[in-house]
Amino acid sequence: MSKPDTLPPDAPRPRSWLWRAWDSDVAYSFRTSPVAIVAGLVAVIIIVMAALAPFIAPYNPYDPAQLNLMDGFTPPMEPNAFTGNVYWLGTDNQGRDVFSTILYGARISLFVGFSAVLFAMVLGITLGLIAGYRGGWVDSLLMRVADVQLSFPSILIALLIFGVARGFIPPAYRETMAIWVLIVAIGLSDWVQYARVVRGATMVEKGKEYVQAARVIGAHPVKILVRHILPNVMGPVLVIATIGLALAIIAEATLSFLGVGVPPTQPSLGTLIRIGQQYLFSGEWWILLFPSITLLALALAVNLLGDWLRDALNPRLR
Amino acid sequence: MLAFIIRRLFQSVIVMLAVALVSFSLFRFVGDPIVSMVGQEATLAEREALREALGLNDPFVVQFWNFIARAVQGDFGISYRLQQPVMELILSRLPATLELALISGFFAFVLGVGFGVYTALRRRGWLSNAIMTASLIGVSLPTFLIGVLLIWVFAVELQWLPSFGRGETVRLNDWWTTGFLTPSGRASLVLPAITLGLYQMTLIMRLVRAEMLEVLRTDYIKFARARGLTNRAVHFGHALKNTMVPVITITGLQLGSIIAFAIITETVFQWPGVGALFIRSVQAVDVPVMAAYLMLIALIFVIINLIVDLLYYVVDPRLRVGRAHMRH
Amino acid sequence: MPEPLLSVRDLVVEFPTRRGVLRAIDKVSFDIAEGEVLGMVGESGAGKSITGAAIIGLIEPPGRIAGGEIRLKGERIDSLSPETMRRVRGRRIGMVFQDPLTSLNPLYTVAQQLIETIRTHLDVSDKEARARAVALLDRVGIPAAARRIDDYPHHFSGGMRQRVVIALALCAEPELVIADEPTTALDVSVQAQIIDVLKEICAERGASVMLITHDMGVIAETADRVAVLYAGRLAEIGPVRDVIQAAEHPYTQGLMGSIPTLAQEHDRLVQIPGSMPRLNAIPPGCAFNPRCEQAFERCFRDRPEPLPRGGGRQVACWLYDRAGVAHG
Repeated sequence: MSKPDTLPPDAPRPRSWLWRAWDSDVAYSFRTSPVAIVAGLVAVIIIVMAALAPFIAPYNPYDPAQLNLMDGFTPPMEPNAFTGNVYWLGTDNQGRDVFSTILYGARISLFVGFSAVLFAMVLGITLGLIAGYRGGWVDSLLMRVADVQLSFPSILIALLIFGVARGFIPPAYRETMAIWVLIVAIGLSDWVQYARVVRGATMVEKGKEYVQAARVIGAHPVKILVRHILPNVMGPVLVIATIGLALAIIAEATLSFLGVGVPPTQPSLGTLIRIGQQYLFSGEWWILLFPSITLLALALAVNLLGDWLRDALNPRLR
Repeated sequence: MLAFIIRRLFQSVIVMLAVALVSFSLFRFVGDPIVSMVGQEATLAEREALREALGLNDPFVVQFWNFIARAVQGDFGISYRLQQPVMELILSRLPATLELALISGFFAFVLGVGFGVYTALRRRGWLSNAIMTASLIGVSLPTFLIGVLLIWVFAVELQWLPSFGRGETVRLNDWWTTGFLTPSGRASLVLPAITLGLYQMTLIMRLVRAEMLEVLRTDYIKFARARGLTNRAVHFGHALKNTMVPVITITGLQLGSIIAFAIITETVFQWPGVGALFIRSVQAVDVPVMAAYLMLIALIFVIINLIVDLLYYVVDPRLRVGRAHMRH
Repeated sequence: MPEPLLSVRDLVVEFPTRRGVLRAIDKVSFDIAEGEVLGMVGESGAGKSITGAAIIGLIEPPGRIAGGEIRLKGERIDSLSPETMRRVRGRRIGMVFQDPLTSLNPLYTVAQQLIETIRTHLDVSDKEARARAVALLDRVGIPAAARRIDDYPHHFSGGMRQRVVIALALCAEPELVIADEPTTALDVSVQAQIIDVLKEICAERGASVMLITHDMGVIAETADRVAVLYAGRLAEIGPVRDVIQAAEHPYTQGLMGSIPTLAQEHDRLVQIPGSMPRLNAIPPGCAFNPRCEQAFERCFRDRPEPLPRGGGRQVACWLYDRAGVAHG
């Protein structure tokens, strides 16, 4: 599958990959889409701040030495009645700086989100390759499982996997293992779409001559397939992964909100909202509002990026 | 037609058996049922006696068969946490969940299809863009957050609507209590129903829009336009009907997932339904309730799937294979 | 000279894209007389179908008619309001699409689609519309039309479906029928029958036909006159016999070389080297100049306009602008 050596006379001269990346249709669509730019900026800012939380956050909310219960329930931008300390976004019931808890919380949310997506992606691509290449009963079985799983909401499946895993893990390890269980539960509930895309591409490619030729010269056909198929499905996989990231973040927040996610010692955004909800009726709205806004901004930005990417890679919709 | 129904019924039974297997494995292998029932202090001999009495020493297949036989009669054992028969627990809470799900599903479907058609037809209008943007926020907003924010605005700040519970209910028969008949019952339904329905509505809306745009590009729609049919006939006669074929399937499944999503809504609003019961059971590893809930959800999905298949059959003549195919 | 049924003058159709505006149709002019069959040939992308879409007012946005005019019996139809234009479509201009498998709405019976179209345009009762529909189906060669009319499209074979499509295009008695590659998607064995049905029924009703195809053989057998499009421009137009026997434009000569004939003797087998330029890379001067063996300096400088050649022929080629220079 080599490219023709001669370019048509009207084609622009080849330039550096950087220039070509800038000039590509996807980059053009990004530059001309204000929504994509804003969403990209918001996502990048939140991700960078969360990643650098230990360096950015004014306090370490989980270091008991830095906590003062007297600072509890300080409203945003107002001095505390007892200590006179001022916190941008106020403090929670234990005197933790809300801004800092959000940074650390987003860190956990994003960690779980990215890990779950990676897990789902690797699992889905592998199973998709196997199903597409082997065909037969392996394919039927995997796709049946996929169909059944797809007809149930992923949050229910994640809950179930989480519940089962809790049953198997001795109570003493439940807290420390919780975050990994969560990643596996969310990842397992979301592999189907990757598998479907990769399976389809594999079925198309495996009949082609170069795969047969590879077999003749003794190369392992699967290796060849991987090298040819993965670049082909990069676009759709990227779209699924981006939207999957938003879904994983939401799933993690939901499970943590329901009290079956990360342990309270490592609060994610969902846990913070769960805590904040308890103080809604007593008027401490900031404990709820700021983590909610962060979660919404993050999920919305990633969702918008995924939406835009899908349109940008699908020229028919333009 | 009859063959079709029988085949679908057969498939449903297979699915139910598969779910039953998962459910039974949960029951049998997650934790030790004996420990969960009698606690740690029972002697080894006592445990062994109970094990024998409960048939836990029988071969796997026999145990599975007994599990199914009992499940068919509605016997899922006793809840570890509440020490009550599981079926009784679930039945007493089912009406609350069903009422919530029905109301949410109805509004999600009507508004979802309406907005979806509108945004597909007025693709570039400002209202369409506004609705699409709002829908994206709707998809990005986690269900629990919608609920919490609604409580904050309408229950805490404005104090228009109650924030938890079902309000006053009326007992209709042995196990069905309804909130539809009292003002406080209806008021209590508003916020949870919006919370539960909003996400489904945006999904249905986006699906209808995408399908409709797809259909509007087809040759038969171009041909319908070329024949000079009115926009009304083209859009609502030809395009909408074809749009509904795939939408029916997915919407049916959405309505099923409403019941599953009720877990979240019920937790936020302390709604006394089966979802809230399930979440407590997951937290407490109360396996009999988890297993029974799984079977219940699967049963609801299977029933909805059957209904969807029949609807499909009514809408799409290509599936009516009774007449000779491709006569020349 | 009597007024032509359809008159297209300097038609320009443009599609704005990211890299600039593409001219899909560039100043194309032609007439169709009453009862006449005009063939329109050219390679894919030459603009045949877009010309048809422009006439019936169904160019897909963002494409638009950017210049020229289209008249039906002297009345301009390219700038009518959408509602007025809708009444023209189907009623005065019918259209037959390429693929009969996708042109019919699968969810409606043939009767429903025919009756809907008839009653949209003609003030008749349901019963009368049905009677007309049955008669028309019978006329286009559907056996047992009175019974088959209540079948769904998927009950018909490809050839039969195209007959139904023709019936639909003709059911409101249009004066002009645009047939866009009506046989391309069909089995070779039924192509001739479909063309015959179309031609006969239009002749009976005195309707003109614009037959779009890339098949010179079909044109030779069916059309009265033929127009040759190349890269959105008119290369040559004239009576079909003259154009086929003595093509003047080098491109047409090349096209003629591609159909094997027994009666004609060619000096040599004409081949056209290269391919049609993309719309964003049309060279200055004559669009055909990169592929033309007879091109000279003027062809690279000025764009040739269609020149009258007598006997109703026109050819857009500089070879015929120099007095006394015979063609090759």
